[in-house]
Amino acid sequence: MRNAFKLACCGFAATLLAGTVLAQDKPNPAVSTRQNIMQLYAFNLGQLGAMAKEQVAYDADAASKAAGNLALLVQLDQSALWPQGTDNSAEPNTRALPDIWTNFDDVVVKGNALSDAVTAMQAAAGTDLASLQGAMGGVGGACGACHKAYRAPEN
Amino acid sequence: MTSALRTVLAAGILAVGGGWYLTAPDRFDPSAVQGVPPDLALGETLFYAGGCVSCHSAPGAEGDAKLVLSGGQRFPSDFGTFIAPNISADPEEGIGEWTSTEFANALLKGTSPDGTHYYPVFPYTSYARMSVADAVSLHAYLQTLPTDATASAPHEVGFPFSIRRFLGGWKWFFATEGWIVSSELSDVQQRGRYLVEGPGHCGECHTARNALGGLDRGEWLAGAPSPDGKGRIPDITPGGLDWSEADIAEYLKSGFTPEYDSAGGEMAAVIENTSQLTDDDRAAIAAYLKAVPASR
Repeated sequence: MRNAFKLACCGFAATLLAGTVLAQDKPNPAVSTRQNIMQLYAFNLGQLGAMAKEQVAYDADAASKAAGNLALLVQLDQSALWPQGTDNSAEPNTRALPDIWTNFDDVVVKGNALSDAVTAMQAAAGTDLASLQGAMGGVGGACGACHKAYRAPEN
Repeated sequence: MTSALRTVLAAGILAVGGGWYLTAPDRFDPSAVQGVPPDLALGETLFYAGGCVSCHSAPGAEGDAKLVLSGGQRFPSDFGTFIAPNISADPEEGIGEWTSTEFANALLKGTSPDGTHYYPVFPYTSYARMSVADAVSLHAYLQTLPTDATASAPHEVGFPFSIRRFLGGWKWFFATEGWIVSSELSDVQQRGRYLVEGPGHCGECHTARNALGGLDRGEWLAGAPSPDGKGRIPDITPGGLDWSEADIAEYLKSGFTPEYDSAGGEMAAVIENTSQLTDDDRAAIAAYLKAVPASR
């Protein structure tokens, strides 16, 4: 009886340990996938931004395509990408703050604001350079609003 | 009483008297302010260039609620915790009853209507580079914003920093007049210098301070430890920031870095203000930052 109890304790401890090791060794793929989506945003914003800053010549077709990609990204269903336990207190490779999960309604509001800004960009990008330049601020503001509230400072 | 003792006493009285004189809060003669006409468009530009909302809006306020300057945000420091006051136009709890002279004394000289020194957490040492016409215009613009009757909370500052008279000495040592960057500048760079060194008060965070809180002008904009103890505020001289002028201007407009990440931390709040400036003003800031001596 006593031995059985000891064995059970060991088994329980081993399970706990294994759980911890697993959590440390295998980061949740949701985190890296979220970051890859952010990279897709950044790349396409870079196409638009280079024109906005007049580092490359304005190209209505290329601008429309980049803005179209942003519009596709905004529509991605991310509901499986934000499971509980993937904030910056649980995962070392993310700056996502726990407030995302507690203020979810506000996260949705900010997501909708990004969607609106991207829609405006889609209309502006192919029009002319001045319109594109004007729409950058709105997109940047929407990105920044969410990052300001829900992303830990870089350190 | 020996004559030596008398001399010492006289010198002591003179020193105290001199100290009292030197630490006296400075004020404008009302005649220098009263007749100056306000320009509301200029006031609005300065409201955003000066970033009033970043400190004086209610904690956590967003969107239009940020225009209610009811105060309450807390600013911890080595000297105690400062709490932003209500500067809405409420006649009781805000500054609705202030004259333009009282406002100019506060903004440009750090002196309150009752004749005490403000703590330099209120960046009047930068704002001092603005003109009386600027102060009058900003005052007029603030009066157009919504009022709020939230009472201002007292600062949580312990002895000896609680003795405001000492701030007169601090001002005497550290609140020097004139431009920091005094080299030959183009008109655009001079506009940038005015915005950065004056209303924008960029140096208040991006320049390191000595143990008494005075700015290290020899390392102007060369970065500083973050007052909250976490991380560093970046070096934005050409020695620390290799972004192009277009990169800097775009960052101040949309918050996008050259990698298309967005501004974080306190700078996200600054971008909310600089995004309201004109493209010309953002370009001027960028041009000035390229003319600042590179950090060593």
